[in-house]
Amino acid sequence: MCLALPARVVALLNLETATIDLGGIRKKISIALVPEVQVGDYVIVHVGYAIGMLDPEEAEATLKLFAELAA
Amino acid sequence: MKYVDEFRDRELAANLAANIQGEAEPSRHYRFMEFCGGHTHAIARYGVADLLPQNVQMIHGPGCPVCVLPVGRVDMAIRLALECKVMLCTYGDVMRVPASDGLSLIRAKALGADIRIVYSPLDALRLAIDNPQREVVFLAIGFETTTPPSALAIRQAAQQSLQNFSVLCCHVLTPPAIMHILDAADVPEEGGVTIDGFVGPAHVSVVIGSLPYERFAAVHRKPVVIAGFEPLDVMQAILMLVRQVNEGRAEIENEFTRAVSRSGNTLAQTVTAEIFDLRVSFEWRGLGEVGASALRIRSAYETFDAERRFDLTYRPVPDHKQCECGAILRGVKKPTDCKLFGTICTPENPMGSCMVSSEGSCAAHYSYGRFRDIPVVAI
Repeated sequence: MCLALPARVVALLNLETATIDLGGIRKKISIALVPEVQVGDYVIVHVGYAIGMLDPEEAEATLKLFAELAA
Repeated sequence: MKYVDEFRDRELAANLAANIQGEAEPSRHYRFMEFCGGHTHAIARYGVADLLPQNVQMIHGPGCPVCVLPVGRVDMAIRLALECKVMLCTYGDVMRVPASDGLSLIRAKALGADIRIVYSPLDALRLAIDNPQREVVFLAIGFETTTPPSALAIRQAAQQSLQNFSVLCCHVLTPPAIMHILDAADVPEEGGVTIDGFVGPAHVSVVIGSLPYERFAAVHRKPVVIAGFEPLDVMQAILMLVRQVNEGRAEIENEFTRAVSRSGNTLAQTVTAEIFDLRVSFEWRGLGEVGASALRIRSAYETFDAERRFDLTYRPVPDHKQCECGAILRGVKKPTDCKLFGTICTPENPMGSCMVSSEGSCAAHYSYGRFRDIPVVAI
């Protein structure tokens, strides 16, 4: 139910609407909840709305954490 | 897909599994509850349970909005569609939830009710605009993730002075449900389950932030690790929980830092608070009445509240007698403890709500785990 996917913003259509690309599929969504979003940003999309933004540096840091070897 | 595939990597999973194996102390038993159905689904689908040592046990929580929706609420929606002849719109997940008299929304649709599956509340709004002669009701369910979109749809309907759109609000809140389970855990003789820590919600936390969980750590001394919904996120969170238990810590940690901050999406919180306020109490399937655990539409927006618009009253209805959904939602029982599981209750013909949504414990176990219970025999 809380299913949401990270998608890249490819175009800003107006103050509250953007086009996103998700693995090649493009869709118009509402960005009313993340008005600061820019083209190229990754947003988390849920029921037609971007509910948050994705921080690429934090994503890298988390991936590094997974690769840490046991102490 | 970027930010998805990397978090499902097999080699990294093996490394995390080795780390959990190495750090889990053989003398201890670790019982962690994953609150969210999204985590339950990831654990079942990717076989995470098979990668954990015997003494690290995952208990499925009630974080599946479809599963905790009580029969009486679905009855209200069916009444709207069949008797009030409204165009009822809702998310596909809700369609097969069993209701009274052997009905469900999908069966009511077969009886001729006008019930539409929508992807977004915006689609319901669009249907209302395109069909001015019809009453359009959006059955809104979901946790804090799903609430801000419903709030924005109501606000937009108000701005456009739509006369034929309303919402049957069944939005529920995560922190009161976790609190309820923790309170019950303190009295095991009353059916509570012992829990050593929580894998905290992913997308709910994107909206509400990590701040609301700080109370659990302080009051109940239980560690919480907020985690993303990909399998590696869940495994990393389990490792972090094992470490907290080993070190005697009970802190709120955040594994999902790429999307969750301490304060969350404050704009989404503001929009939600503008449209909704707290209900005194709300019935959850499995948990019963939980105080201040759900939202209703503020009186300023009452024309958009289907409960007031159609004068609906909630009547509680008991579940199927042999259905164990209640105990399963509290984490007290496992899907396989239920007599109906996989026999007369299947995803095609669910008796209980946990078999409906793919995130429900029963549906997840039926789809991905039921053959694990059968020993492999060479012929």
